[in-house]
Amino acid sequence: MHQMTIAELAKGLQKGQFSSEELTRAYLQRIKQFDAELNSYITVVEEQAIAQAKAADQRLAKGDAVALTGIPLAQKDIFCTNGVKTSCASKMLDNFIAPYDATVIERFNQAGAVMLGKTNMDEFAMGSSNETSFYGPVKNPWNIETVPGGSSGGSAAAVAARLAAAATGTDTGGSIRQPAALCGITGIKPTYGRVSRYGMIAFASSLDQAGVMTQTAEDAAIMLGAMAGFDERDSTCLDKAVPDYTATLNHDLKGLKIGLPKEYFAEGLDNGVATVLEAAIEEYKKLGAEVVEISLPNSALSVPAYYVVAPAECSSNLSRFDGVRFGYRCEDPNDLEDLYKRSRGEGFGPEVKRRIMIGTYALSAGYYDAYYLKAQKIRRLISDDFKQAFKNVDVIMAPTAPTTAFRIGEKTDDPITMYLSDINTIAVNLAGLPGMSVPAGFSQALPVGLQIIGNYFDEARLLNVAHKYQQITDWHKQIPAAYK
Amino acid sequence: MEWETVIGLEIHTQLATKSKIFSGAATAYGAEPNTQACAVDLGLPGVLPVLNREVVTMAAKFGLAIGAKVAPLSVFARKNYFYPDLPKGYQISQYELPIVEHGTLEIELEDGTTKIIGVTRAHLEEDAGKSLHEDFHGMTGIDLNRAGTPLLEIVSEPDMRSAKEAVAYMKKMHSLVTYLGISDGNMQEGSFRCDANVSVRPKGQKEFGTRTELKNINSFRFVERAINFEVERQIDVLESGGKIIQETRLYDADKDETRSMRSKEEAMDYRYFPDPDLLPVAISEKQLAEVRNTLPELPDAKRQRFMADYGLSRDDAGQLTADRMTADYFETVAGKCGDAKLAANWVNTSLAGALNKDGKAISASPVSADMLGGMLLRIKDNTISGKLAKEIFEAMWQGEGDADTIIDKKGLRQITDTGAIETVLDEIIAANPQQVEQLKAGKDKLMGFFVGQVMKQTGGKANPGQVNELLKKKLGL
Repeated sequence: MHQMTIAELAKGLQKGQFSSEELTRAYLQRIKQFDAELNSYITVVEEQAIAQAKAADQRLAKGDAVALTGIPLAQKDIFCTNGVKTSCASKMLDNFIAPYDATVIERFNQAGAVMLGKTNMDEFAMGSSNETSFYGPVKNPWNIETVPGGSSGGSAAAVAARLAAAATGTDTGGSIRQPAALCGITGIKPTYGRVSRYGMIAFASSLDQAGVMTQTAEDAAIMLGAMAGFDERDSTCLDKAVPDYTATLNHDLKGLKIGLPKEYFAEGLDNGVATVLEAAIEEYKKLGAEVVEISLPNSALSVPAYYVVAPAECSSNLSRFDGVRFGYRCEDPNDLEDLYKRSRGEGFGPEVKRRIMIGTYALSAGYYDAYYLKAQKIRRLISDDFKQAFKNVDVIMAPTAPTTAFRIGEKTDDPITMYLSDINTIAVNLAGLPGMSVPAGFSQALPVGLQIIGNYFDEARLLNVAHKYQQITDWHKQIPAAYK
Repeated sequence: MEWETVIGLEIHTQLATKSKIFSGAATAYGAEPNTQACAVDLGLPGVLPVLNREVVTMAAKFGLAIGAKVAPLSVFARKNYFYPDLPKGYQISQYELPIVEHGTLEIELEDGTTKIIGVTRAHLEEDAGKSLHEDFHGMTGIDLNRAGTPLLEIVSEPDMRSAKEAVAYMKKMHSLVTYLGISDGNMQEGSFRCDANVSVRPKGQKEFGTRTELKNINSFRFVERAINFEVERQIDVLESGGKIIQETRLYDADKDETRSMRSKEEAMDYRYFPDPDLLPVAISEKQLAEVRNTLPELPDAKRQRFMADYGLSRDDAGQLTADRMTADYFETVAGKCGDAKLAANWVNTSLAGALNKDGKAISASPVSADMLGGMLLRIKDNTISGKLAKEIFEAMWQGEGDADTIIDKKGLRQITDTGAIETVLDEIIAANPQQVEQLKAGKDKLMGFFVGQVMKQTGGKANPGQVNELLKKKLGL
């Protein structure tokens, strides 16, 4: 059963070939069997999952099930889940039991989906390798000596190893797409404002967006349809109807105009990755697409701009973790200042502290104009580049990451090199556009992802473009040998 | 040397919304600690603010009322600092683009002249919670009920030149926000409080002196005392060759002094930046026009109308229109009794005195406008005398019912039966032959003696005018 997609599982459940409880128990069993090594889950909620599965079975029996009813999912540990530990992979929230559900969780609950547990991630979603987690690194199922990417590394590994039918992720600078690419699965980060951020612990509010990590584009369409849409509790969430993403999956791609930004195919791109990309583009030509070279001239500025904006926002967003109301508090504080200094000093890991310091600096009087304001201007230039490009093309394609999965520990001592692993994904967040990563092949036995970038609210087209490709290729069906 | 004082005020007024500025929790004052704080107010991980549009309307009303520019687009910013009663570690406020800019307020000085005070800006922000330092055995308790309460911070130009002007400005502003119905103006509950920026300079000098900021003054009396103390302190420092340090000072009402809280060097860097969780606040021309239509009659206009329509003096009209509740109260009383001057007199003296004595707001007056109007009607129709009215008012104040009930219960109805008064008068004339002679001889002052005696005998129920006439008739005067 674990090799089946959500679309296939839903049919099986609705035809009564197996029950949600059986399916859920099967996944729980696989988690027990494999996750000690992979470390993709922080929390597994066995009892709750089985109770949800039983409820789903009743709903299925009554005939009022939807596509996700009874489907076992994993939720990134950044989403608040009522009554369940929500840690954001930080010591700071190791003791935090959320008293409410995030909107995303609420919507999956309404659909009758089963939550198996909460997945591992980089601490507060800050990282590109899942090595900053308080709960230890996640291993890439394709090679356990390599990283799964980050920050949604736990979700990516869990889906790749089939320890959940699908998972949620969040993407601030590539945190869905990059791990999806490194783990050989499908991931989509929708347009900023498409999915509610309520209950999703903030890293950089103007960039954070929830999305999904699945085996196929079709599954992503089902998942995204369930979680997207207006939420009055998030002022940045747009009141715009959600189309049925599954309805347009099979639209013909004849005449589709694909733009290939030359800046994304320049130096620094791994040869193996380049070769896979070329082959993928050929497949699209077979499907009738036209390919043109385009330019996104300000691409090189995206990493520096991002590493001002994101830390600036995070330095403020993470101020609430002060040891006063919830989360970690140091022992026996002498006074208020001691309480703050030690609670935060002991509760946050080094990468989080680094970003809080960068952000605090960037917002300080006398530096604000030179850093924060300038970064915002660059952000506008980057958006304008995309606007210009989308006048001539329907989608943009590029490698999701410049390399395949790197070895655990390889980049931990060099934050700049680590930051550069997001070089291909960050601009999309700065512009607020939707982006996807689709498995497109392998380089030296490690998966390579094809990134597809769309215009604002053009998720349906992205999913259609990805789905058609998955109809003529089988990269997305590959499962690492040890987890078949 | 002669010194000139320069004062600017920052007034924080709590907006009278039912729910908080960024959450659905109630704003009512005085609830048990932390019972009016929801997940958003607690700053739990993952929560997001959602703007209560009502505050935008209120701020726009204020802007229009002071002739200011109401920004078509204003932006919420985060003011970052750590404090235990500030749950998110930042306060959502407005910084570079406030909702209201460039207004004016006219104040009246003691000599009757007026002065225009500039209002630099007014911006929306959320209040913090409260730290409770007592009852926790050396620790601090946090009450977040107030966290997220909407505030409008009104910043004046440094246009005031004395503590008296500052008080006049503060009173006028208080009157305005209560008129507009955007704040209850309750100063005991902290709904209206101010910080004062104070400096002095040699008279004739153009440049401002170094200023200090006096924090959190919550009464008209204290603002005057705090400024006067601070002005004297600054002059003392300067005259003895010292320098004023730019700093924040706290006014201690008990000791009547200001003392240093922190200097400019220790001033915090709030690292303001636009709040990415909130969209810019847009107000269209159409929305602004709608707000304009809902503007009530403002104090100055009302005062003019009271003078013109009711024939009241400038002072009486000024006192009645100082706050909207009093003005409304007066108009109800005047309407009911049909005598505006009588109504003004009672509202400005007896009622104001009683409220002041019991420390009550007019909204909590035990004697309603209808009750007072009803009583004045009984004066007008000669049922009671003005003297008895005082007694009846006191009884109404004590909760003994309305005027008619008290008049009947206590048998205070004025005696208008001539026969009854004549009987009493005859007895008094008989008992005081000496006074009668003197009165007849032209000692008119003794009229009062006789009237007084009659009033005494009748328990004040006789009509003094009637007694006068009867007495004259009887003695052939």
